[in-house]
Amino acid sequence: MLDLSTNIAGVKLRNPTILASGIWGISSELIERAFENNAGAATIKSIGPEPRDGNNNPSVVDFGHGLLNAVGLPGPGYKNMDTEFDELSKIKETVIWSIYGSSIEDFVKITKYILRYKPKIIELNISCPNKENGMLFSQDKKSAAKVTRSVKEIAKKIVVIPKLSPNITNIAEVAYACEKAGADAINAINTVQGMVINIDAKKPVLDYKKGGMSGPAIRPVAVRCVYNIYENVKIPIIGTGGITNGRDAIEMIQAGSSAVGIGSAVYYHGINVFKSIVNEIREWMQENNYNSIKEFIGIAHE
Amino acid sequence: MNKMEKEQKIHRKLTIKQVVDENHKTKTFFFNEDIDIKPGQFIMLWLPVIDEKPFTLSYKKPAGITVELKGKFTKELFKLKQGDNLFYRGPFGNGFAAYSKKALVVAGGMGMAGVSLLIQVLENPRIIFGAKQKRDLFFTNRFDMEICTDDGSIGYNGFATDRLKELVKEKRYDTIYTCGPEVMMKKVFDIAEKYKIKCEASLERFMHCGIGVCGSCACGNKLVCKDGSVFSSGDLREMKDFGRHARLKNGKNVSLQEYYKWRS
Repeated sequence: MLDLSTNIAGVKLRNPTILASGIWGISSELIERAFENNAGAATIKSIGPEPRDGNNNPSVVDFGHGLLNAVGLPGPGYKNMDTEFDELSKIKETVIWSIYGSSIEDFVKITKYILRYKPKIIELNISCPNKENGMLFSQDKKSAAKVTRSVKEIAKKIVVIPKLSPNITNIAEVAYACEKAGADAINAINTVQGMVINIDAKKPVLDYKKGGMSGPAIRPVAVRCVYNIYENVKIPIIGTGGITNGRDAIEMIQAGSSAVGIGSAVYYHGINVFKSIVNEIREWMQENNYNSIKEFIGIAHE
Repeated sequence: MNKMEKEQKIHRKLTIKQVVDENHKTKTFFFNEDIDIKPGQFIMLWLPVIDEKPFTLSYKKPAGITVELKGKFTKELFKLKQGDNLFYRGPFGNGFAAYSKKALVVAGGMGMAGVSLLIQVLENPRIIFGAKQKRDLFFTNRFDMEICTDDGSIGYNGFATDRLKELVKEKRYDTIYTCGPEVMMKKVFDIAEKYKIKCEASLERFMHCGIGVCGSCACGNKLVCKDGSVFSSGDLREMKDFGRHARLKNGKNVSLQEYYKWRS
């Protein structure tokens, strides 16, 4: 019997596809629609310390080989989200609670607050390039470890997953530091810093000027990061970046990830992309005589 | 993906050919080119360094938008003159399924701009246009329509929905198309449901991306930019935020009253 389930630090997912943070996850209703379309888990848009409008538009553009965004972490702030949190906590499938902050204290107070909703997984967004200081904490291993340790101390048995930035010299070093600090898994990668200019307007297209690249263009960057991290940590990895079909997902798993984040693919193929990716993984497994995902996690290293 | 489709994704330049005053607060901006767009679809209009907002076209050959002076963006837009440039991408959204031969169109305020292209493709639709007062009207010479004003300064004295209640009793219409303030559209939908008439409503929400990614325009479990912006009866029945809630720029789901207060 072919088993598509995977395991992230003790949390079982029915399949390895995860709706990545920032895509769709603004409400429990949209999260549920991702599950109706067979997502294995779904991440909510990062919860922040204060109400925040995000940036002006254009904030997401298709540059031809992927998306460039600077939405800028809009959100009502954790104190204004109880109704949404209530609904999210009723969802049976695995919801990943993404949080961000400008200081360790922000991460700690948001974690303390959301604990009452009994999240199974908390993701630490320490890698958003679209906000001042947004990736402060994943730019050096000490800061990344400090945030991870501070949250893990109060989250206790809840799975804590820092999401790392590729916009640094050595991502594996940061991942290793997070593991030592108590991280239960690693999510890699967040978006790659970029910019596009409209030559007729003679201006950067994004109102924020700079943005984060996602989609097919960054897939090799993500695969390399996951491959490097896999060589340096023992904890599971969620591989995120540019996956739009089953083959891409399998590639990321072979690089060493136990599950895959899916974001921009929703733009290219709609929310039912989860169904098609899972079907394509299943077909490939059948053709290649694999019975479970774990049989080929990191197989490219052998 | 062919060349055309690829081009639709990046911002293209538009030059203003003509600006027409429609009323005391509304102008139509005609551009130097045609835009191939379905009635009910929208474009994202970009004023560099200012912002980018969704707009429906009120003309397509040549393309034109009809805009009410309202906030920061429209204030900047209203400064533009013939020969000035701006940028757009799109069209986006699904558009109206404009098949009905027994159509009733209910427009409220600026919603008239949203149904203009639809009216042009329908066969002899009956049109009700509701506005607060006489001076808020536009396109009254462009289309054969029945006017309703809240203050009775011209036409039927009352809401468009009051007039609609009378008209549906004639049982001559199989589809009601509507665009305007959502409170009005909700009433239109409720009337359509009561008389078992199909309804299509063109919704508006604050949008960040406009391309189905960010979720900021969520209404219930639907995205207005991608699943809509036109929704038919089946969806409207299930969208529990329709006629009740909309999201602020920070994503908070608030009452329509609070949303419109923020938008004005």
